[in-house]
Amino acid sequence: MTAPTDQQLIDFVVRETRLIDQHRFEEWLDLFAEDGFYWMPLEWGQTDPRLTTSLMYEDKLLLKIRVERLKGNRTFSQKPKSRCHHVLQTPQVDSRNEAANEYVTWTPMHYVETRLDQQDLYAAWATHTLAVVDGALKIKLKRVDIVNCDAAFGNIQLFM
Amino acid sequence: MARYRGNLEAIKGLVRETEVHRDVYIDEEVFQLEMEHVFANTWAYVGHDSQVAKPGDYYGTTIGTQPILMVRHTDNTVKVLHNRCPHKGTRITTESCGNTGKFFRCPYHAWSFKTDGSLLAIPLKKGYENTGVEQSHAGRGMSPVKHVHNYRGFVFAKLRDVGPGFEEFFGDSLSSFDNMVDRSPAGRLEVAGGVLRYMHNCNWKMLVENQTDTCHPMVAHESSAGTAIEVWKNAPPGAKKPMAVEIYAPFMAPYEFFENMGIRVWPNGHGHTGVHHSIHSDYSAVPGYFEKMAAAHGEERAKAILGENRHNTVYFPNIMIKGPIQLVRVFKPIAANKTLVESWTFRLVDAPDMLLERTLMYNRLINAPTSVVGHDDLEMYERAQEGLHVDANQWVNLQRLYDPSETPDTTAVTNGTTEWQMRNQFRAWSKFMTMSM
Repeated sequence: MTAPTDQQLIDFVVRETRLIDQHRFEEWLDLFAEDGFYWMPLEWGQTDPRLTTSLMYEDKLLLKIRVERLKGNRTFSQKPKSRCHHVLQTPQVDSRNEAANEYVTWTPMHYVETRLDQQDLYAAWATHTLAVVDGALKIKLKRVDIVNCDAAFGNIQLFM
Repeated sequence: MARYRGNLEAIKGLVRETEVHRDVYIDEEVFQLEMEHVFANTWAYVGHDSQVAKPGDYYGTTIGTQPILMVRHTDNTVKVLHNRCPHKGTRITTESCGNTGKFFRCPYHAWSFKTDGSLLAIPLKKGYENTGVEQSHAGRGMSPVKHVHNYRGFVFAKLRDVGPGFEEFFGDSLSSFDNMVDRSPAGRLEVAGGVLRYMHNCNWKMLVENQTDTCHPMVAHESSAGTAIEVWKNAPPGAKKPMAVEIYAPFMAPYEFFENMGIRVWPNGHGHTGVHHSIHSDYSAVPGYFEKMAAAHGEERAKAILGENRHNTVYFPNIMIKGPIQLVRVFKPIAANKTLVESWTFRLVDAPDMLLERTLMYNRLINAPTSVVGHDDLEMYERAQEGLHVDANQWVNLQRLYDPSETPDTTAVTNGTTEWQMRNQFRAWSKFMTMSM
């Protein structure tokens, strides 16, 4: 792949959430570039992940720790396991910069996470910054802005 | 049916020398009495004065379940007021924080109040002529909380006249606040980064007890901290250990580490873990920081300040602070089985940004609703909240390293895995709960 088509970008984002919903976390992790980040801001319109607190700002190492933990025998908050479900609007391609190898998509979504009798619904926008690495699309940054990002939440255990 | 209200003996019977009755966690009547007594007779944390830096700045919060606000008055002092219009009860602040200018104006009928709460004006005032409104509750303005103390920027308030004064209540325990503030080369902190708010379906005291529970990290957090250590083992040889792994790894330290770190108890239910060392002792040095500290305090004093690495300091009734991390956690009671946990972070004024970066990373890795450490803690609290409904055993045990010669309201340093601090909290609970009954 040299320059991805819009449809390839859209398919990538849709498949990404599908891997989460199907608990295919190892494959999901492979979608991230080695220097990729997952960012879930705490503040409305947040611009700085470093000196402003976030709900998550994790590199691939920290994401790997999460994925490994989900498999563990002593992961008590996952006994029984959580499940999740994404409903996406069609991702919109916001920008394409072939020279810089940077493609940005914007995807409004609803995310449901369940465990035992509890079901929580979140509304969010996902912004993907993608790049072609060794012929395949990879995530440089997945930013998830929850509509009520500053509300008091209980456990959010999987990935939006 | 009231089982506890007006029944002093029943309240006293809830706390025994080495165990407490489950009703302190699950009974709504006991919870209501805590709000009226424990949270009114003690000095509760309100906020930090950097949240109200300029005159007219306000911040709305709660003491127990009572809505209050903290405001910077025109004379630059910090006032604490009950957050309701004296007229119809409307909450006065429109946002959780902001600037109100020279006065508060109720959004319902435009009654206005100076920032010390006193009545400024009522529209169409002639309608109150000869009604005696001056002598009414409404005519006296917004009720101030009388007992307010600002300790090095940290603002505390006590709702009732009963109970000890500020110095007597905290005593030597203030040394943990001192260490946090002294870590700033300028001797000043500022609230920074934003507050993490995490809802817990459990009693507030479970969180307080957990702060000095040193026998749970290597068990409950094996899945997060243990996995972090395992994953990092695959790092290329010679790779620099990232800040995140430095933060996670010590949670897996062996029992011996926690035994040797020591616990100190103080009178009135305060205490801390990490007398000799803590999980925060071995973080990498932040470039340029020591030089600034040495310039501000002198080399020897700077070493002493940074050598004090207390782990968790609990202030009765419901906050915990971490000096080396510049973090304050507030366990806000909502109901017997519901607690809002707020985790506030601070910038050390004049210190390198990397310290705030580490503080914020710690906060989101450990204290966020998305934290893999928080997930397992909350799981334990919620299981306990459920399990306590078992009738066959109605007592929670606090016996570890109990010594019958242990006296209440004393200062002592002991083994870091003792449950003395939990016993200390419940002795204080009993004292402040019954003080005004």
